[in-house]
Amino acid sequence: MRESIKKIMSSQLVIPLFSLFLLVVFNLVRDPGFFSISIATNNQGYRVLSGNLISIFNGASAIAIISIGMTPITSCCRGQDISVAAVAAIAGSVFVSVLRSNEITVPVIIFAFVCSCLVSVLFSLFNGVLVAVFRIQPMIATLILFSAGRSIAYWINGGATPTVSSPLLASIGGFIPGIPIPTPIIIMVLFLVLISIVLRLTTLGLYTQVVGINEGTAHLNGIDPVRVKLVSFVISGICVATAGCITVCRIGLINHETLLLDAEMDVILAVAIGGTSLGGGKFSLFGSVIGAYIIQALTVTLYAMKVPSAAVKAYKAAVIILIVMLSSPVVKEFFINLYRKSFKKQAEKKKITISAS
Amino acid sequence: MQNDIVLSMRNINKSFPGVRALQNVDFTLRKGEIHALMGENGAGKSTLIKVLTGVYPKDSGQIFLDLKGGLKEINVKSPHEAQTLGISTVYQEITLCPNLTVAENMFIGRGEYRLVNWRTMKKRATGLLEKFNIPARATQQLDTCSIAVQQLVAIARAVDMDCKVLILDEPTSSLDEQEVEKLFALMRDLKSRGVGIIFVTHFLDQMYEISDMVTVLRNGELVGEYEVRNLPRVELISKMMGKDLDDVSTIQKRDLPDGKQDAPPVCEAVGLSSTKCPNAFDFRISKGEVNGFTGLLGSGRSESVRAIFAADKITGGKMKINGKEVKIRKPRDAMMHGIGYLPEDRKRDGIVEDLSVRENIILALQVMKGFFKPFSRAEAEAFADKYIKLLGIKTASMDTPIKSLSGGNQQKVILARWLLTNPQYLILDEPTRGIDVGTKIEIQKLIQKLAEEGVSITFISSEIEEMLRTCSRLIVMRDRKMAGELKGEEMTQDNIIRMIAGEAEQDA
Repeated sequence: MRESIKKIMSSQLVIPLFSLFLLVVFNLVRDPGFFSISIATNNQGYRVLSGNLISIFNGASAIAIISIGMTPITSCCRGQDISVAAVAAIAGSVFVSVLRSNEITVPVIIFAFVCSCLVSVLFSLFNGVLVAVFRIQPMIATLILFSAGRSIAYWINGGATPTVSSPLLASIGGFIPGIPIPTPIIIMVLFLVLISIVLRLTTLGLYTQVVGINEGTAHLNGIDPVRVKLVSFVISGICVATAGCITVCRIGLINHETLLLDAEMDVILAVAIGGTSLGGGKFSLFGSVIGAYIIQALTVTLYAMKVPSAAVKAYKAAVIILIVMLSSPVVKEFFINLYRKSFKKQAEKKKITISAS
Repeated sequence: MQNDIVLSMRNINKSFPGVRALQNVDFTLRKGEIHALMGENGAGKSTLIKVLTGVYPKDSGQIFLDLKGGLKEINVKSPHEAQTLGISTVYQEITLCPNLTVAENMFIGRGEYRLVNWRTMKKRATGLLEKFNIPARATQQLDTCSIAVQQLVAIARAVDMDCKVLILDEPTSSLDEQEVEKLFALMRDLKSRGVGIIFVTHFLDQMYEISDMVTVLRNGELVGEYEVRNLPRVELISKMMGKDLDDVSTIQKRDLPDGKQDAPPVCEAVGLSSTKCPNAFDFRISKGEVNGFTGLLGSGRSESVRAIFAADKITGGKMKINGKEVKIRKPRDAMMHGIGYLPEDRKRDGIVEDLSVRENIILALQVMKGFFKPFSRAEAEAFADKYIKLLGIKTASMDTPIKSLSGGNQQKVILARWLLTNPQYLILDEPTRGIDVGTKIEIQKLIQKLAEEGVSITFISSEIEEMLRTCSRLIVMRDRKMAGELKGEEMTQDNIIRMIAGEAEQDA
């Protein structure tokens, strides 16, 4: 019993799961019907699931996918890539540009997606080379594309914000006919499965953490830190392109200025809430995904409480401070001590009763 | 005598979750006394020091310090408070700021919260450096100094703070013998000025050379306080280990696998050089041979073995494994040819702090197996379990993060990592540094056993005595060059020292 409590307490997933739990309870108390899922008919005439829960999962997909890519970078480079949203805008622009020059069919969409992946990986590798080879701090290195990325996206479509519309794209950003679950959720789940397989079939997890915790040891045990870091940026590039394309499909146009605006901050927060130290080292991909859902759940909750949209960010910040403080080592130690003290008292009480009898 | 007491600790108790680190420990320090604190890893030395300096709160017990007007009970709540009371500490791991200058490191955080006068600071620092013969400039950034010099700076800093009690926690583990002498001269000087010095160390020789009294701890309990000159070595060791020591005497008999040097070489280097070891050198080791590199700190002994393992960038030379020429350009190449390397700095290059004992053990073998072939959980657990038992690694479980193990056990985990790769040639760079006598002997025995099984071993240690016991051939390094080789009867402490000092004699 004690052992299992200890194990749970020391797991990286405690705080994110606990925060999620609190959010759920809070919403249930506030509005018992908050999480009810109903079946509605959407404007294309399909019967689909709707409700707050669905919109949380749906809305968080892009952030969650990018945080899957951000987590290994955080772990092995001991820093964050703040250019992800800008690179997503580039990837989205490439996607749209390829789509617009062809008739939109399934192979063309796949081709466009592959193109945007390639471009995104290329830009991500640019960041990776700066970080891994030139040893520039990640936040400084990625600041370059953070500021230049959206301008590059602007050039790709000649400064316009073209729309693309096709039922095929709508089914990627919205619903596939006959399936009541939003497609982004399905893509997210597929992504998680894929990443789990990668982690199981390769030593990526071990290598990433070893490089993040102790580069000297990694080198002397035959791991090439530069290569591991570059791989993490390649993975992130693919994640970013996927998120960018999903968002383009959802809104049906590319706006290089607003696509996933400020998403990098949400992503970094998701990683932090998920229990990965922003200073590198041990990581938890599932934690990051849960982190993304927490952030989205928070946003949806605030909107449901009719908080004016301009004020949402301030409320969000307040709650996030609370979560981050909860996961700080100081508070953790406090709770562990509290637990130990109460346990000691119980033991002493037992002793007294034994000696009395 | 009673009046001479400067520090007295009575019935100190301290527990950590699951461990009673200190149980009713007493400790007494007198004026002008060098008092050694000895015990195996986990005996409670560090905990006692940390209780004294306010890093950990004590559970119960009393601490008395000689303040104006006699002994008074003190209740130290922070290291800073301890410092203002006159208790200064120099820790084993240097706790200075590497990216500040020497002068800044000497005067920072000493409670002088006013405007800094850089010129005076520099002047005072230069004075201190000269006084203690420390080869550094006041304006030099600290991390450009060698570890030994950093240590001396830390001590100079502590000494300059007018302390009554100076605690030296393993100060000599990164110093070579010359520097140790310098430190000892400094300690004697302080002693004559009435400072009480607590000297925590693993080195028996050094303890006998400098200390007046010794307090021995074992498993968190006080074994006793003894006068050093009345305590024979064997008795001291048995008190520390709590058992009679046939072990110690057997290992002290020189029983070396000889005559294997004529066997064909397992590993041979010709004209090898690296960025850190620019002078090309030749080297060979035969099957089942144990040889060693010796020399002063900075003489290039670690750099040479690092070149063999390709830990630094190779700039020239050839490597032959079992007579065949091979290309070894990075550590993984060396590993694939059956070479293992246990690095000098365990903390920086050896352990992966936050990862479990299990992950730390399988790391090297996993890298050799390849990126796309991870071990299953069950396989990894089987490996870890086997080596935890084989080497007697003391850990709560194989999932415990390695950073919560004691130094000696961490070292055993790294050893396990390399033994698991089943190497034909194992390089052990200071495997016994900063670990207790018991583990030291275990490691020495393990080296002999491996050699008997046919593994070639290069062994490096700062303790010449230990090298003489373990190696059948010694390569002496001087000024980053090989000064010569000693084997068999030539291997005596005198000869080594003469060879190390060789060039100086010629100059004179």
